[in-house]
Amino acid sequence: MEQNISNIKRLSNPFAYFLSVGGFLVLLFMVIGSVYYATVAVDYQWRWFKVPKYFMYKSSVTLYAEGFGEIDTIAANKDKYDITVTTDAGKRTYTVPEGTFDWTEGDMVGPGDIIASYEGGWQPGILAKGLWVTLKISFIATFFGILLGIIGGVARVSNTPVLKWSAMAYVEVIRGSPLLVQIMIFYFVLGTTMNKILMMNGIPRLNAEWYGIMALSVFTGAYVVEIVRAGIEAIHPGQVEAARSSGMTYFQCMFHIVLPQALKTILPPLAGQFINLIKDSSLLGMISIRELTKATREGITTSLQTFELWILCAILYLLMTFTLSMCVQYLERRTATK
Amino acid sequence: MIDVISIYKTFYVPHEVKALVDVSNKIKAGEVVVVIGPSGSGKSTFLRCLNRLETAERGQILVDGVDIFDPKTNINTVRAEMGMVFQSFNLYPHLTVQGNVNLAQKLVRKRPKKEREEKTRMLLEKVGISAKAKAWPSNLSGGQQQRVAIARALAMDPKIMLFDEPTSALDPEMIGEVLEVMKTLAKEGMTMVCVTHEMGFAREVADRVIFMDEGMIVEEGTPEKFYKNPTHDRTKLFLKQIL
Ligand SMILES: Nc1ncnc2c1ncn2[C@@H]1O[C@H](COP(=O)(O)OP(=O)(O)O)[C@@H](O)[C@H]1O
Ligand SMILES: [Mg+2]
Repeated sequence: MEQNISNIKRLSNPFAYFLSVGGFLVLLFMVIGSVYYATVAVDYQWRWFKVPKYFMYKSSVTLYAEGFGEIDTIAANKDKYDITVTTDAGKRTYTVPEGTFDWTEGDMVGPGDIIASYEGGWQPGILAKGLWVTLKISFIATFFGILLGIIGGVARVSNTPVLKWSAMAYVEVIRGSPLLVQIMIFYFVLGTTMNKILMMNGIPRLNAEWYGIMALSVFTGAYVVEIVRAGIEAIHPGQVEAARSSGMTYFQCMFHIVLPQALKTILPPLAGQFINLIKDSSLLGMISIRELTKATREGITTSLQTFELWILCAILYLLMTFTLSMCVQYLERRTATK
Repeated sequence: MIDVISIYKTFYVPHEVKALVDVSNKIKAGEVVVVIGPSGSGKSTFLRCLNRLETAERGQILVDGVDIFDPKTNINTVRAEMGMVFQSFNLYPHLTVQGNVNLAQKLVRKRPKKEREEKTRMLLEKVGISAKAKAWPSNLSGGQQQRVAIARALAMDPKIMLFDEPTSALDPEMIGEVLEVMKTLAKEGMTMVCVTHEMGFAREVADRVIFMDEGMIVEEGTPEKFYKNPTHDRTKLFLKQIL
């Protein structure tokens, strides 16, 4: 706090302010500049203009005939045309835009002949899809992480030995091994067994994404348990006594008195935990979930734009985590006014 | 109304302390009992046993004939009939004044919204704090907070009120306003057990004064007799110290 005040005081002097900002920018450009210079020295070809297509691109559609046959009819259908083709593979109708084909009725076609070729609509690129998967997984895992964390945290501070020991064991076991190993166990051990059981009962199998979400939720939940526990223990015992002495049950007291107050102390470390969760989701590429990191890697294997895509990938993670920490700061300021 | 039968309480952490040793007492309906004694003599522990915030290791407490240490007793129903007021107020900081008074009415008494809001309004008026109904506890003075705490306890329509040094944390100029509220309650016939060293209060409304020392009830009697002619040396010494 005092540190902050003295900083602000110093910066109220405009000269000092510009000096600080200027110094910062100079440093920033020096770092970026030297990186750029180094890449030029190794002859790296920067092609940023090729990057947008990893977010959005216009798909091109090419339709091929499936066998020997002939064009039956070509009929206008609103602003498009229906081309009906009968081949030895059967009868099919293609709806294509005007001017994308060069056939008349009765023409013969062979397998592999291009019936029409045109530009389709906008499609999300591989990075956009990866970004979406990362966001989706992080969001769902955050939800379950909070749920597990609150249940575990309440169990952790309870006087019932079974609950308390279970929560302690959960935390110790999960915190004691690497996340990557846990992801593997969830997918290859739990996933294999569960999918077998599901299949034996005629239920469709869960895909890798769900096992990834489970692993992340369970992992994050363990850390949230400790955060929630610390938050609960920071509440003055008089609060609990006042609530209990008015006849509230343990759980009423917990959910109406203790947890709402604990939220204030819990929020900052919780935010840190969920920022970690977003970053940790990058490990899910190992079980073939195409989240942002895996998507980036796949983008690179086809384009060889290694530098651009990895830098972009990092910036996208930064955007997500930065947005989250801004949201939490806003929430913190709102709860702090009380 | 409350029958305390030979209770014992020992704390083992951080070191062994015999907080209550063979304490027995009968508190009748409508009676106002004042408990005094030096710091660490077990007054709070005694009071907290009455609604099972502490559990006695031996002995029985019957509240309206119900053994409160019996595991089969639903302690929450017993507690709902006993209001408790603490030295440190313990208002809920995340709720407004009226939120504090409303909450247990809603959760424990299951009162409909209209009814409990009416009750809250009436009680805040009674303790003279209607103007602050929407204020946050942190914006109130100690005396105001303690009066809200009393209103909060009264909101449950308790049959018994327990006060643990309700004025000890207050600045001298605020003690009076809290004692006034307590006196009004006493005169309305509320059964009260008050740990307090306010002699004026004891003389005016108490039916009985209990002196505790080292976990035991050393002496008890009407305020008249108690303050004028204490029999035990320890009582005399203590009274000399606080006067
Ligand atoms: N929760 C507790 N844990 C350990 N010792 C306690 C606890 N509560 C009270 N004691 C001890 O029991 C004795 C009586 O305490 P208390 O009833 O609070 O006394 P009083 O209210 O008369 O000052 C003291 O010695 C105190 O240190
Ligand atoms: Mg005390």
